[in-house]
Amino acid sequence: MLLFWALVIPFGTAVLALLAWRSLEMQRGISLIGALALLVLTVRIAIRVATEGPFAEQAGGWPAPYGITLVADGLSAVMVLLTGLVAVAVLIFSFADVTEGEKHYGFYPLTHALLAGICGAFLTGDIFNMYVWFEVMLIASFGLLVVGGGKAQLDGAIKYVGLNLIATVAFIAGVGLLYGATGALNMADLHGRLMGRGAETPILASAAVLIFAFGSKAALFPVFFWLPASYHTPTFSTSALFAALLTKVGVYALIRVFTLVYDIDGTPIAALLLGTAVLTMAVGALGALSQGSIRRVLGYSIVSSIGYMILGLAVATPLAVTGALFYLFQDVLVKANLFLGAGATKRLAGSEEFGKAGGIWRVRPWFSLLFLIPALSLAGVPPFSGFWAKLLLARATIEIGSAGLTFMVLAVGFLTLFAMARIWAAVFWSAHPEGDGAITERLPAAMLVPLLALTGAIVYIGIDAGPMVAGAAAIATGLIDPQAYVAAVLGGAE
Amino acid sequence: MKSLILSTCTRMLMPLILILSVFVFWRGHNEPGGGFIGGLLAATAFALVEKAEGLEAAKRALRFRPQSIAAFGLGCALVSGVWGGLQYGYFLKGVWPFITIDAEGNKHGLPFGSIFLFDLGVYFVVLGTVCGILFALEDVVSREADVEED
Amino acid sequence: MELLLAILAGSLVAAGSYLMMSGKTLPYLFGLTMISNAANLIIFASGRLTFGKPPLVPEHDKTIADVSNALPQALILTAIVIGFGLLVFALTLSYRSYYVLKTIEMDDMREAEPIAEGNS
Repeated sequence: MLLFWALVIPFGTAVLALLAWRSLEMQRGISLIGALALLVLTVRIAIRVATEGPFAEQAGGWPAPYGITLVADGLSAVMVLLTGLVAVAVLIFSFADVTEGEKHYGFYPLTHALLAGICGAFLTGDIFNMYVWFEVMLIASFGLLVVGGGKAQLDGAIKYVGLNLIATVAFIAGVGLLYGATGALNMADLHGRLMGRGAETPILASAAVLIFAFGSKAALFPVFFWLPASYHTPTFSTSALFAALLTKVGVYALIRVFTLVYDIDGTPIAALLLGTAVLTMAVGALGALSQGSIRRVLGYSIVSSIGYMILGLAVATPLAVTGALFYLFQDVLVKANLFLGAGATKRLAGSEEFGKAGGIWRVRPWFSLLFLIPALSLAGVPPFSGFWAKLLLARATIEIGSAGLTFMVLAVGFLTLFAMARIWAAVFWSAHPEGDGAITERLPAAMLVPLLALTGAIVYIGIDAGPMVAGAAAIATGLIDPQAYVAAVLGGAE
Repeated sequence: MKSLILSTCTRMLMPLILILSVFVFWRGHNEPGGGFIGGLLAATAFALVEKAEGLEAAKRALRFRPQSIAAFGLGCALVSGVWGGLQYGYFLKGVWPFITIDAEGNKHGLPFGSIFLFDLGVYFVVLGTVCGILFALEDVVSREADVEED
Repeated sequence: MELLLAILAGSLVAAGSYLMMSGKTLPYLFGLTMISNAANLIIFASGRLTFGKPPLVPEHDKTIADVSNALPQALILTAIVIGFGLLVFALTLSYRSYYVLKTIEMDDMREAEPIAEGNS
């Protein structure tokens, strides 16, 4: 039952928050308790995985591969743990950010429905069930995008909805093709059935369709346009939740499916992933340079980070996968921190547009550090967490002897640094257009506490990176040789 | 644009549709039917009221806010899942508190348990969601009509 | 029969794509519906087509040799329900956006990404 509580708690919180519709205070209390309960639960899941290895639970007691299975291995456990952490941070931040009573009644129920979808997608061991969780997430994210209902929000939502619906249809079609070719939907079962069949046409066709589907969700190169069009429009709390977790679910699905289900070595899939990864990195980094407000720059840098993670997956050596995982884990915290920081910046300077904000460094130097540290981490400056992620990936590309890939890793890191420097110069360093005296507001504790916690985590991961990298390496080994995962699902049905 | 014929018919049809929806829901226990279809049918009843008498009348007929109905349904489904989890250790496992199985494996008693509760949850989620979306849409339409009249 | 379904799915995708490229929100959604129906057909066909065989048999009936695969039907039902929910939401959203933004042309929706902005 441990894993199913990860679905019951957020759904239950959503129900209670819905019933407390008219009182923002009650919704907040219920939400925070629900998020804390989720955090405690995810810590317990992580501890159990760390001590006993992967474990699975069956819905309704139907044995795998016939029933729906929830599985927690290292990757799932770390991802749900990060979900719990980000949920608490974002919800505390929302106390100061989501305040317009009537307009924002839907925020808390939808946030928890989104969390339930995210946890479900991370934990499920069944590819059709993963589709269902993607839909739960999608519907909740549609709702969150339009909560508040400004013009720009509707505009962003239309594009987000339109493009994500195509991905949804592609996902279901890919699952259909895969089922037609193998007769199975359980991912551990599929692993066994696809052994040695990786080069057959129906298998490759389903893989291609699924790459398109997951790639759209993760914002890979040719299909990323929905992300920069919509992520800067909703409330900052929603943006942070989307940036930290929603696109990561697409990345998670790619990593999970293309290590566990498909054997990508020596097939065109690896080359396809590698090509899109490199283009994604480049386009994201260049796009970030052309934007004129904090969240729009950050939106494009999400795209380029996604490219890094998929690069690690596509190179597929143990070191590269370790790098991809480490990048994925720390990027959840970095992105949450940056987007929440953007919210606090807007609160101080009155705007997040480059021409209309400024002077924060002189008036609020300590707060500025809380933005600077994750920004430098994103660009890969030592000693912060992002440096180690990029270092691992760069080493992995050197190891396979591809100078071009190494160059891309370093060059895109440099471009990202440049993009972050533009934010820094425009919003923090330059004078405020109405004089620095225009910044009078003090940041509420509800904004500072989550920012401090996230920044602290990033600094800590950067300084004490050894055990984290070792953990990521152990998880990567478990992904490349998923015997323990398969045994947990098919062998030891509880 | 109120139509006398439509509103008179609605007054007769609405209870019939609601009874039919409960019947379909009940039948779904072992035969085609069930919470989803039942919930949709019930939603059509309120849609009919909305078309005939207007948004306010439909909201009054529904009594509760659509969100609350959907939340109640989701709560029912969750409780039924947790019920099986607490009783047998498997989330969503069917629990039949009124059924006993004799030595030959035949089942006796009232087939009423967590699965019924789950289906009831589906019924209310569908009813609440469909009505919620319908009312929201109608709200926009009527506001637009106001703008045009000005 | 499989060939017929494949052709049907292909035509639906073709017609749907054509509609989606019109650049207007409503035809886009109609096209999307067609493509999602094509996806449902793919699942249906991938479960292998069988004639005149029931997907479900009563509890003590032992004629297991003559049943059709019930799983694709369950999957399609799930997909239809989800697709229905998403479509209703998308229609509501496109109506709302038409009401607020006064256009159904995608190219005219520039609120979130204004053209004039550039490098400031």
